[in-house]
Amino acid sequence: MQVLLSSQQLADTIKVLSQQLSKSYPSLENIVFVGIQQGGVVIANDIVALLQQQHSSEKVQFGQLDITFYRDDIRKEILAPDTMNIPFAIENKIVVLIDDVLFTGRTIKAALDALLDYGRPAKVELCVLIDRKEHRQFPIQADYVGATVTTKKTDKVKLVNREVVLIPA
Amino acid sequence: MQLSTRHLLGIKNLTKEDISLILSTAEQFKEVLQRPVKKVPSLRDITIVNLFYENSTRTRFSFELAEKRLSADTINFAASSSSAAKGETLLDTVNNILSMKVDMVVMRHSASGAPHFLSQHIPAAIINAGDGINEHPTQALLDAFSIKEKTGSLEGRKVAIIGDIMHSRVAQSNIYLLNKMGAKVTVCGPPTLIPKYISEALGVNVSYNLRETLEWCDVANVLRIQLERQNQVLFSSLREYSIAYGINRQLLDSLQKEIVIMHPGPINRGVELDSDVADSKQSIILQQVENGVAVRMAVLYLLANRS
Repeated sequence: MQVLLSSQQLADTIKVLSQQLSKSYPSLENIVFVGIQQGGVVIANDIVALLQQQHSSEKVQFGQLDITFYRDDIRKEILAPDTMNIPFAIENKIVVLIDDVLFTGRTIKAALDALLDYGRPAKVELCVLIDRKEHRQFPIQADYVGATVTTKKTDKVKLVNREVVLIPA
Repeated sequence: MQLSTRHLLGIKNLTKEDISLILSTAEQFKEVLQRPVKKVPSLRDITIVNLFYENSTRTRFSFELAEKRLSADTINFAASSSSAAKGETLLDTVNNILSMKVDMVVMRHSASGAPHFLSQHIPAAIINAGDGINEHPTQALLDAFSIKEKTGSLEGRKVAIIGDIMHSRVAQSNIYLLNKMGAKVTVCGPPTLIPKYISEALGVNVSYNLRETLEWCDVANVLRIQLERQNQVLFSSLREYSIAYGINRQLLDSLQKEIVIMHPGPINRGVELDSDVADSKQSIILQQVENGVAVRMAVLYLLANRS
């Protein structure tokens, strides 16, 4: 097991991401943030908390999205669904999807499918903590990237106890 | 994370973990049903036949809607309008349907054990939508889901099942489920409609007194008098039944507490339940129907991967 981001590096990276988002969106009026279960929600929680400090006058809109029912490998393995909670309308809003690790792009494809069942957003952006760029299987890329790492396809990259670790196969 | 069984034949052979898994999955499906697009693509590669050898409105619509909300392809079979009327056997009918590449069978049959028989002879996953006087597992699951949703938990909850216990598959499935989940069950009705050894066999309390039962319980699940399953006179008249075991507003108002009223439908209004009870705030009868779709989606979703 190899530590890719220590807890301090993780906190710093999340801070940088929130600053980038703040810069893109000085007002959060039409922006909603949606974390993807489960790792993405952990990261999104932190990002949203920082954004809320910077925008104390407005309430940052934050939801959690679960892709279990939208997976394209659903016949291989059955997974218990996690909580889905989108407590606001996304119609004509800018949605910032937040995930921990961007790997093949299949999770994001499923997340987009799920998201569109809630309405038609004006725009969807993607913010990820870690990008495993060389393993993409779909034409999907992130708008905000915390760190890009080089990995083997068989490696697992996970958020464990507030550290990002690489677990070799 | 999977069920311990390939089929849902009854609650009897489910584990406590199976039941919890179905109920928690159903919670997520209930959320799906509140969205603008009430549909997920999970079962779009699955074909399901709804095989109804016995009449049904709620259960058949509920299953069909659950299947469609999961994007499954569905075909419907009603015995009265099929070759079953020409004398084809159950197994022949099902094998013919399965040769058209059907993955799952939802079946209602008037013979107790019909889905169990089928499960020994065909490869598809079978879901029992009610077999004779044996079990109606998805009804018990949706009842449990509704109790949990309304009162917070099943553990320790006092549930009365009132009416025709003898002929009720809903009662039997409910008793199995509530026992497994740690609820306390009392069955109540005329002595002729309660099996003699039910207390020893299924571990429930028996009461012949409606008022006492209502005073004891948190939730009253009121059953329909199943006239179609009775070939002997077990009580003198519907009117007399209604006087002794019918629940009316006056009776509910005279209790010290507010209990939850449930009914699996169809209601015989004025017999087991008066209209001003069935349509009151205490009644969760329509929520039961709504929850039925979410619970059946959970069952189908969890079994589709096992077929």
